Amino acid sequence: MSSADIYREIILDYYRNPRNYGKIQDPDISQRDSNPLCGDELEMHLNIKDDKVADVKFTGKGCAISQASASMLTELIMGKDFEYVKKLTKDDILDNLGLHDLGPARIKCALLSLKVLKSGLYSYIIDKLKDTASADQIKDQASGLY
Amino acid sequence: MQTSFINVENIRNDFPILKRKVHKDKPLVYLDNAATTQKPIQVIDAISNFYLTYNSNIHRAVHELAEEATLAYEATRDKVAKFINAKNREEIVFVRGTTEAINLVAYAWGRQNINKDDIIVTTEYEHHSNIVPWQLLAKEKGAKLEYIGVDDNGELILDHLDKYLQTGKVKIVTFSQMSNVLGTITNSEEIIKRCKKYGVRVLIDGAQSVPHLKVDLQKLDCDFFAFSAHKMLGPTGVGILWARKELLQGMVPFNGGGDMIREVHKYETTWNDLPYKFEAGTPNIADVIGFAAAIDYLDKIGMDKVREHEMELTKYALDKLSQMKGIILYGPKDITKRGGVISFNLGDIHPHDLATIVDEDGIAIRSGHHCAQVLMERLDVSATSRASFYIYNTKEEVDVFVKSLNRAKELFRI
Repeated sequence: MSSADIYREIILDYYRNPRNYGKIQDPDISQRDSNPLCGDELEMHLNIKDDKVADVKFTGKGCAISQASASMLTELIMGKDFEYVKKLTKDDILDNLGLHDLGPARIKCALLSLKVLKSGLYSYIIDKLKDTASADQIKDQASGLY
Repeated sequence: MQTSFINVENIRNDFPILKRKVHKDKPLVYLDNAATTQKPIQVIDAISNFYLTYNSNIHRAVHELAEEATLAYEATRDKVAKFINAKNREEIVFVRGTTEAINLVAYAWGRQNINKDDIIVTTEYEHHSNIVPWQLLAKEKGAKLEYIGVDDNGELILDHLDKYLQTGKVKIVTFSQMSNVLGTITNSEEIIKRCKKYGVRVLIDGAQSVPHLKVDLQKLDCDFFAFSAHKMLGPTGVGILWARKELLQGMVPFNGGGDMIREVHKYETTWNDLPYKFEAGTPNIADVIGFAAAIDYLDKIGMDKVREHEMELTKYALDKLSQMKGIILYGPKDITKRGGVISFNLGDIHPHDLATIVDEDGIAIRSGHHCAQVLMERLDVSATSRASFYIYNTKEEVDVFVKSLNRAKELFRI
């Protein structure tokens, strides 16, 4: 897709004015990752209450795609059922961003936030919920992203 | 189409890849030369000619093909020695690249000579390949790794070097002759002079300098020197380690295997002569032979002309870029202190987004941390965009690049 299609007003707006940017004190889930190829960094914090996402925040450094994607992801999952978050796919994220046919280098930018989220869920499920079966499922999802 | 120094039009005709289009119909504007350069037909032909007519292993067999291959391989060693004005051909060791050359020194010289509490000095503008091998060595030996800082002009703060040297604990100082991000040309002679006073060894990473400047190792008087073929028109997978003969003689081999031995017995082995002691196994014969054609090509133009052409292009580009609103340019302003590498940031456009946009216009630049995260920290940025020139680049291409940057500004509404 062309730059004009990627860098639409909405992407630039989320890049410059990211929603849910910041940290949560003592979060239930805290996960950080970086893309070794480009140095993009992302950290996500989540609180889970009554099987729902009670709060979610992120901090990071990176390109418009990775930062807008992270911010839009936090909005997408805020208040949602834990089950829904577990099932989120790559296509859900790209649909949400309105970005399709990104090249192999740039798709990593778009999916970094989902990777961080899935890794965070994995630790939470295995350490706090002791649910090995769904943890393995999530791990597979995370490693299959790109 | 040309600067006043070299005939770029003729040169471009030697590079088949420069005729291709990208993104359907955009002429390729290749400005990622600090990462790797394109290859002239002469280099491509030399490699295919080897495989087509005299492919063979070297040094051992007595048949005619082996003899021709050995001659061509060893002739490259002579050419390299002459190109960098090394005193002895046996001081030229073929390796895979600059990274392997530095690792070889850190392993084979470092493990013998670096001890607990010794100091290894590098700089804040090194490529990861001149940091990580030393971190590994320092950790293993309980030695310390210290950094010469970079000032706001993008130059090394040599007072830092003095401070470390005065401790009497420094064993080696290792630095790049030209920064791959800032383009800064290091004042190598001055560093070496100060190190010699303390009997400290000096390694120079010449990956960015040898392709663009005349390098004279006998004048330079360092102890180790490393560079790569693929950044100077040659193939990938060929690097050079040059080291003083007496140092190479005292070093243990890096890899053990065939060709590096004199006699092998069940529990003991004696080493082959220099440089073969460091060239275990079948080397990258075809690409070493291809590298000779790259050296011939640069020799024909003349390294002084290469430098003059790049200075003119860099000045032209810096003049244009510095007029752009919202641009931050890194590295020295003085054109005589820098090579043809321009790192910058434009407004709040992240370098990856910028590289995506200019790529659409057919322009290949690099974006990211350029394997220099220590420098990124020093500059307090997460990434930069980088355009880097070589002999086939033109002022017209700089114009296309500047126009594309303006399009990026429009897309980002700045």
